[in-house]
Amino acid sequence: MNSFQGEGVSGGITLGNIFIFKHTDNKIEKKVVEDYKPEIERFSAACEQAISQLQALSEDSVSKVGEEAAQIFMIHSMMIEDDDYQDFVINKIKGESVSAEYAVFSAIDFLTEFLNESGVAYIEERKSDIMDITNRIISILRSDVEPLNQFNGPVILAAEDLTPSQTVQLERDKILSIVTKYGTNNSHTAILSRTMGIPSIVGLEDIYDDSLNGRQAVVDADNGVVIIEPDEQTLDMYQKKIKESKFEQQQYLDEIGKETVTTKGRKIKLYANIGDLSEVNLVKKNDAEGIGLFRSEFIFLGRKKLPSEDEQLEVYRSVAESLNGAEVIIRTLDIGADKQVDYLDLPEEDNPALGLRAVRLCFERTEIFKTQLRALYRASAFGSISIMFPMIISVEEIIKIKDLIKEVCLELDKDGFDYNHDVKIGIMIETPAAAIISADLAEEADFFSIGTNDLSQYTLALDRQNPRLTSYAEPHHKAVLDLIKLTAENAHKKGIWVGVCGEMAADLELTDFFIESGIDELSVAPPKVLPLRKRIRESGSIFM
Amino acid sequence: MIESSYTIKEENGIHARPAGFLVKEVKQLDSTITVKTCDGKSAAADKLFALMKLGVKQGDTITIVAEGGDEQKSLDSVMDFMSNNF
Repeated sequence: MNSFQGEGVSGGITLGNIFIFKHTDNKIEKKVVEDYKPEIERFSAACEQAISQLQALSEDSVSKVGEEAAQIFMIHSMMIEDDDYQDFVINKIKGESVSAEYAVFSAIDFLTEFLNESGVAYIEERKSDIMDITNRIISILRSDVEPLNQFNGPVILAAEDLTPSQTVQLERDKILSIVTKYGTNNSHTAILSRTMGIPSIVGLEDIYDDSLNGRQAVVDADNGVVIIEPDEQTLDMYQKKIKESKFEQQQYLDEIGKETVTTKGRKIKLYANIGDLSEVNLVKKNDAEGIGLFRSEFIFLGRKKLPSEDEQLEVYRSVAESLNGAEVIIRTLDIGADKQVDYLDLPEEDNPALGLRAVRLCFERTEIFKTQLRALYRASAFGSISIMFPMIISVEEIIKIKDLIKEVCLELDKDGFDYNHDVKIGIMIETPAAAIISADLAEEADFFSIGTNDLSQYTLALDRQNPRLTSYAEPHHKAVLDLIKLTAENAHKKGIWVGVCGEMAADLELTDFFIESGIDELSVAPPKVLPLRKRIRESGSIFM
Repeated sequence: MIESSYTIKEENGIHARPAGFLVKEVKQLDSTITVKTCDGKSAAADKLFALMKLGVKQGDTITIVAEGGDEQKSLDSVMDFMSNNF
């Protein structure tokens, strides 16, 4: 038994046999040709074919790894089309009368040196991209078969390095995990293995070694460790760990496609929360019935200026369309002085949690608010979009919002944009004030969503970020539960539905309480959806 | 020929993916766009590897030059793209 330490870049534990993946014939010998012209034609044709392969690969991989990661292949085709690259290869063929294969192979060193001049630590991360385009073109020139289909799997794939295309084309059920000598946490390959859920470790100095081929190993990507031929005790421990997590996962997978209904026949809407476009795939994978909380902040954060109406429209529209008509509840901008958004130039506040945030900020900066509302209404023509508003404490605020919505709709009519005239308008119940006056608020709102994180923090006067307060943080405090109950009662009296988003919704010890209180919808992080469905389906609680 | 300067705010500087988007943006314009660094290096903005080679980092100030065609319009759209992405 010996073990190697590397850097885990995608978590998980697997046990299996190592397969050493050899790049077919890494080195290409220099070959002089009599006439260089056909070689240039071969190179150009191969580039054309490579670009159309990459186009298809980019489209195919969207569903597998999400749009952002799939863009990697678009960048690859731009690298191939790049003038400096084309000039180098063509001049090499011409100037030295060499084969297209050799000229393409020589470009690896050329590009590496070229980028080295930048003096930035690019190279390690970009090297696999350069290898990827090179392999692709050389494979086309030689009409090679895809070398990655040499095993029947499932195996632990050990390689010197893997290119993004190789990774994205792996058949998930043939691969237990990936262990490589090179690579970094930020390489395109690592990003892809994370989105594909393949446990991966990089930076394993001695892993690319023929003598390891076929040997049994544990890959503990949570800790970045590979253990070759583990002793009985180690094996036992890991087998147990794997079994436990597999058993759980299988149980949850069985819940896919089932109806979320209690043993007493009460149906609960089971939705997912998202805070990022890449999570849309997870919503579908975990079979959520809709999106109960779409945190729109991510569109505004990590950039240099406000997103335009069209930019926002694209995001809302793409989510609504990919949900195929299932409900998408989008929460309007919820930021304040506690979040760093340079371009908003928010003055510092002594108490940002109680400060000018969420709708309060939106009322002060109505141009930001109206741009978001315009984008949301325009997107409503493309799917089932509902809108909800954070941090409400009074009926007047809802009326003010509705007035702004009227203005926005009139403008849209004037501009000739299509939109849904009956978008449902909901509010977050996340202040004690809102819960207490929920009977009045229910007159104006189409639905309620209880944000339990803030509701607890404001009810108990407990800062969630303060570690010294953990002993006070009772997760099932009666005051909070009573407010939830009150809110649900008032909602039903006025005939509107009420849901819970926030961490409490995923707390399986509270599921019975929610059902008994008459909660109609629960919205949780995507990985929590299936465990919660299982719990609801086992529940015999009734709404009293 | 007109030009304008821009200071990079993006943490990773002009790295692969956003550089690719810049190339795509620039190819749609009718002017020739050049990126110059403060230490005198320059690259055509429609060349991906050349852009990456500049090694532009966060905090660097670069000069964007537009030449030919509707220079003002081209420069405006590049500057707009820069402020959104870098």
